[in-house]
Amino acid sequence: MGGAQRPPQLHLGNWLGVLPFFLFSGLFLIGPTLILAYRSFEGLQGGLTIDNYRQLASPGVISAYGMSIRISLTTAIIGGLFGFLLAWAVSLGKLPGPFRSGTTTFSGVASNFAGVPLAAAFIFTLGRVGVVTRIVESFGFNPYESGFSLYSFTGLTLVYLFFQIPLMVLVMLPALDGLKQDWREAAEILGATPGQYWRYVALPVLMPSILGTMILLFGNSFGAHATAYALTGGMFNLATLLIGQQISGDVLHNPGLGYAVAMGMVIIMALSILIYSILQRRSERWLG
Amino acid sequence: MSGGFLSLEGVRKEFGGVFVVDAFNLEVAQGEFVSFLGPSGCGKTTTLRMVAGFEQPSAGTIRLEGKDVTFTKPNDRNIGMVFQSYALFPNMTVGRNVGFGLKVRGRPKAEIDARVKEMLDLVQMPHLETRYPYQLSGGQQQRVALARALAIRPQVLLLDEPLSALDAKIRVELRSEIRRIQRDLQITTVYVTHDQEEALSISDRIVVMSAGRMEQVGKPFEIYNFPATPFVAGFVGTLNQLRCQVVDPGGGRLAHDGQEFRISTPVEAANGSTVVAMLRPEELHFGQIEGENQMVGEVVSVTFLGALVRIQLRVGPARITLDALNERRLHLPGIGDQQGFSFPPHAVWVMPAA
Amino acid sequence: MTISAAPLPRAAEPPPTGAAAKGSRWPAWIILFVCALYFLLPLAATFYWSLRAEKGTLGFEAYRRLFADTGFLPAFSESIVNAVVAIFLSLLIIVPTAYWVRLRMPKLRPVVEFITLLPFVIPAVVLVFGIIRLYGRPPLLLTTTYESSRVLLVCVYAALSFPYMFRSVDNGLRAMDVRSLTEAALSLGANWVTVLRDVIFPNLRVALLSGALLTFAIVIGEFTIALFMAQHTLGPYMANLTRSKVYEPSAMAIVAFAITWASMGMIAYISRERKHP
Repeated sequence: MGGAQRPPQLHLGNWLGVLPFFLFSGLFLIGPTLILAYRSFEGLQGGLTIDNYRQLASPGVISAYGMSIRISLTTAIIGGLFGFLLAWAVSLGKLPGPFRSGTTTFSGVASNFAGVPLAAAFIFTLGRVGVVTRIVESFGFNPYESGFSLYSFTGLTLVYLFFQIPLMVLVMLPALDGLKQDWREAAEILGATPGQYWRYVALPVLMPSILGTMILLFGNSFGAHATAYALTGGMFNLATLLIGQQISGDVLHNPGLGYAVAMGMVIIMALSILIYSILQRRSERWLG
Repeated sequence: MSGGFLSLEGVRKEFGGVFVVDAFNLEVAQGEFVSFLGPSGCGKTTTLRMVAGFEQPSAGTIRLEGKDVTFTKPNDRNIGMVFQSYALFPNMTVGRNVGFGLKVRGRPKAEIDARVKEMLDLVQMPHLETRYPYQLSGGQQQRVALARALAIRPQVLLLDEPLSALDAKIRVELRSEIRRIQRDLQITTVYVTHDQEEALSISDRIVVMSAGRMEQVGKPFEIYNFPATPFVAGFVGTLNQLRCQVVDPGGGRLAHDGQEFRISTPVEAANGSTVVAMLRPEELHFGQIEGENQMVGEVVSVTFLGALVRIQLRVGPARITLDALNERRLHLPGIGDQQGFSFPPHAVWVMPAA
Repeated sequence: MTISAAPLPRAAEPPPTGAAAKGSRWPAWIILFVCALYFLLPLAATFYWSLRAEKGTLGFEAYRRLFADTGFLPAFSESIVNAVVAIFLSLLIIVPTAYWVRLRMPKLRPVVEFITLLPFVIPAVVLVFGIIRLYGRPPLLLTTTYESSRVLLVCVYAALSFPYMFRSVDNGLRAMDVRSLTEAALSLGANWVTVLRDVIFPNLRVALLSGALLTFAIVIGEFTIALFMAQHTLGPYMANLTRSKVYEPSAMAIVAFAITWASMGMIAYISRERKHP
């Protein structure tokens, strides 16, 4: 920034402008997290210990985390795949223009539709007396008797995809736009088939974006609570639901462990956001 | 084979009822360097893209070495192309970029590596195989793009305004480079540009285009000194235009603002009719010179450009530009001065008034 | 478009027009179809269900019952009030901050951006956990009354809107080249109030509205935090409805979807008419 000299940035008056922001964030974002962090090191007798974190390896917690990770990995991969394909279809796939704007708006809506209404919608569709369940039954095949249940790993995955796929679409559309047409033409004139172009140029260029967004999807699913709660009444073995139960009452019989579970989740989320930003920066270098 | 190495016959391109390119006929000899020159939207890039195969002609034929390639896919034409935006693959090193065409043809690694090295030496960018495009300057990227296009030993090289995105100094440097390489390799080349100095300096022949049509095809000297249409005359170089009355058709005498002068051929127009006399600024000389046409005008502006001195004079209703080579003994006229100037009769050509 | 070739002697055959000329598009259509099926089926099923409240006919009885339910309007209006207050709070904090960071303290930018990303790192259930523990005991005891908890809730919502609000306002400031405009205004003699009122805010209208609408959509249906703070907003109300009634929840889901769609649609609409702010 050239031009006239600016007053030194440590000028006290300048800090006043951003004070409300830091104060507010401190009170309502950082503070609550810090208290959880602090308490997670509290032992049953008082005093500081890392015992609670060791106890994260106990079967109850492990199974809840394990299920959360399973669902998050699955919805990240499937959501990533279908989200990418859908984004491709409405942009490079040369579908008519209105489909792209429609998909974009719908994705914005669907990614925000999570929670109680989404769970309700799926219960009405695939619940025990849901519309689609009834239709399938009319063909003589009862899904619930064959082991399918909306209130299971499969069911949750199916429901989560409703906001995972749109999230992928929303991030991939600008990335796909960043694929310069010149690259495709240059590859063509050099003799490459469309398959070779995708294999050697387009996919490698898109890969940081694809991977990064899938990791974002992972985090998004991992931290989701409302949808799972509404679907299962809070009685499913999931990390977020476990924390919810811990808030209402000490189900783990160790408050410190409860805080450690919460902090464990924060650590996993922080890692995923970190990896996402690194990959995003790399992708911007090529596509921006 | 009859016709040129690369020939376009009656090529036409239509978009929604509008002819973007019309009646394009050209035979390019093997090893020839042809430029398509014209303003934006004149159809030069569209024509190039039809040669490359990215656009399909609405009518006409394109032949390469006698073979009809009008509808052949771009990947099958064995043509090299350099893009305005360089279009280097960002995820690949310089080396892998240059070798890409050979790789998709399944050539063995040793051959690819040798060829990459050869090409990078050719464009004077040795030892940069491991760099990535984003680490290179614009000029460097364009050299790599050129190396990449030539690596596949194409029959024809196409360049789409390759220097437009570069600084003026690099542009001049690189265009001579391109011409040198083209000459060394004797490769048939088509070059699209809107910069007439560029086209004039490096082409064997120029195709001047306007609104989809070919205005003139010829060597640079011909285009500049013997323009076929008013458009070509005005687009290439600076042009002085004087509306004149024909005083003596047989004797080639014209009059502008009361001042008479001679041209070297008879005028093909009726006595008393209006025509436009055209001549280039550099053919005008300071002062009254024996044997030449002599006129007087009022100095409107004096611009010292270094090697060139550009004087604008008002002669009656018209503005004339006079370009004189700089000399240390020059006395530059002042604004408002009456200044005499001369020009030889053969410097003038005449076109009908619009 | 079908173009007829001129009658010139030609060795090659022109390719068939249509699909092969442009490259076939059927894979894209198949993908769209499959995805449309997945997304529209639950919505269609829910809508269909919501019309079946009255035996034997298709009608809007479920919607009537929903709007007549004693719990609905209070919960709905409470959510709306929460959303509006949260939006104002967020605007009040974010706009000056974004402006300050861009103009006066660019070096603080990474820190501010990091903080606005915190809502993505701290899941709602963890955040409410921390809120309750932090403000549930002295010295910061704020959870004793419904109203004080509600204030806490609204403040948390404002904080949760920071990522969207900040990014929206920041993009808006960047697009309007706020530095040049401010300097131009100041050099012409305007004071800071004029600068903010006549230069900054009008050009930020679209960004502010987008951020506000996004926040609205998020707050309106928020469930987790409201649940654990025992608030009677739309989220917990909808959850109760799912447990107690049969047909009203479907009407509720459709209404919620419509509200979200309206918010997003409005954002798209106002962003489109950006040409004349």
